[in-house]
Amino acid sequence: MFDIFANYGGQLWSGFGYTLLSSLYALIGSLVVGTIFALFEISPNKVLRVIGHIYVEIFRNIPLLVIAMIFYIVVPQYIAKIDGFTAGTIGLTIYTSAFIAETVRAGIEGVPVGQMEAARSNGMSYGQSMIHIIMPQAIKIVVPPLGNQFINLVKNSSVLAFLAGFDLMYQGNVIASTTFRTTDTYFAVGLLYLIITLPMSYGMRYLEKKWSAERSED
Amino acid sequence: MSMIEFNNVEKYYGKFHALKNINLKIDQGEVVTIIGPSGSGKSTLLRCINGLETVTSGQLLINGYDLADKKTDMNKTRKNVGMVFQHFNLYANKTVMQNITLGPQVVLKQSKAQSEEEAHKLLELVGLNEKANSFPDQLSGGQQQRIAIARSLAMKPKALLFDEPTSALDPEMIGDVLNVMKTVAEQGMTMVVVTHEMGFAQEVGDRIVFMADGSILEDHSDVAGFFKQPNDERARVFLSKVIKHM
Repeated sequence: MFDIFANYGGQLWSGFGYTLLSSLYALIGSLVVGTIFALFEISPNKVLRVIGHIYVEIFRNIPLLVIAMIFYIVVPQYIAKIDGFTAGTIGLTIYTSAFIAETVRAGIEGVPVGQMEAARSNGMSYGQSMIHIIMPQAIKIVVPPLGNQFINLVKNSSVLAFLAGFDLMYQGNVIASTTFRTTDTYFAVGLLYLIITLPMSYGMRYLEKKWSAERSED
Repeated sequence: MSMIEFNNVEKYYGKFHALKNINLKIDQGEVVTIIGPSGSGKSTLLRCINGLETVTSGQLLINGYDLADKKTDMNKTRKNVGMVFQHFNLYANKTVMQNITLGPQVVLKQSKAQSEEEAHKLLELVGLNEKANSFPDQLSGGQQQRIAIARSLAMKPKALLFDEPTSALDPEMIGDVLNVMKTVAEQGMTMVVVTHEMGFAQEVGDRIVFMADGSILEDHSDVAGFFKQPNDERARVFLSKVIKHM
């Protein structure tokens, strides 16, 4: 396995870089988009609620590969030319954002109703109550499930391999088909994914522990 | 002009008729206690006053602004009316000091220094100055409720609403909270208090309102007289049950 690194290291690390980059874009993008749709879903405004609901139900119930393919093949035909990396990253962002919307919504709804009522009768507007009271409490509820979503996102970025996205999985496929050393290659690829996901796993554990310790100190 | 005025207010939850033809006027500085069996609409009536519930029809005037009118800016009218809840509802993510100063800073745009100075005075009033840096879950129920009162007062409201403020407390905590409420009443605050504390109603209340089934059945300025001789049969039955347990 180590000679795969010796001979094809450049290719593997390049794939690693694209995977990391795609994951990072999609992570930030899906967090922003997901939070916006979560706020839509719990909004007092009925139209926004319906929009949020439709968005979530569509994109979490279609396979990621299908969403990515639509951006890779359909969108370039009718709208704008985009490469495999971009198409895959957009698909990944939209797909993941639907799950994040549900996670964030559940987190906000996990904050007792009395907190919002107290903030409102304290004179704060809906937005001020959200910012100062509801969201800071929701974040602590949301972090563990959100961590799982982010780890899934990194692994799901391997969908780029189908779209010539030059990611880690794509490079692995190329190396395996030239060398026929499938076992060693895919072990190497798996190892490189772990380099990204394991620190995330432990980071989440650390945060969870830290916050639960803070709570019991309080 | 009354501070709080209900004119023919009706409130429905779906088909359930929660408030029936409510007419009630509360003047500045009055302390009105509302009693009645559970499910009688007392809390709903209170929650309408600061817009946590909307009325279905009729007129609800707070300082002359009609809450039933959609054009009324609820955030503005709410600034003048504070609320103390049965379960305290202190901000779990904030310290006692932050609980009290957040509203003045965010809504009234007070400086941190100014709001903290006033918060210390209020903590003095409720007797909990040493708890300024504690979090709500480090306090007893009675302490939390006194902080909740301080938090409401920090907004310098024109009226304070109390929704069964002592119902969730252990018996030995109730006295401290009632004493704080009495002090606030003595300072001239307009108060509407939904309560089961008949002693408080008699001692501190200027007026007593008895509700049952969504209607106001009795409304008396002669509080002691009401307790001796209620007119309505349901009030008589209610009082006999409550007083038996006292």
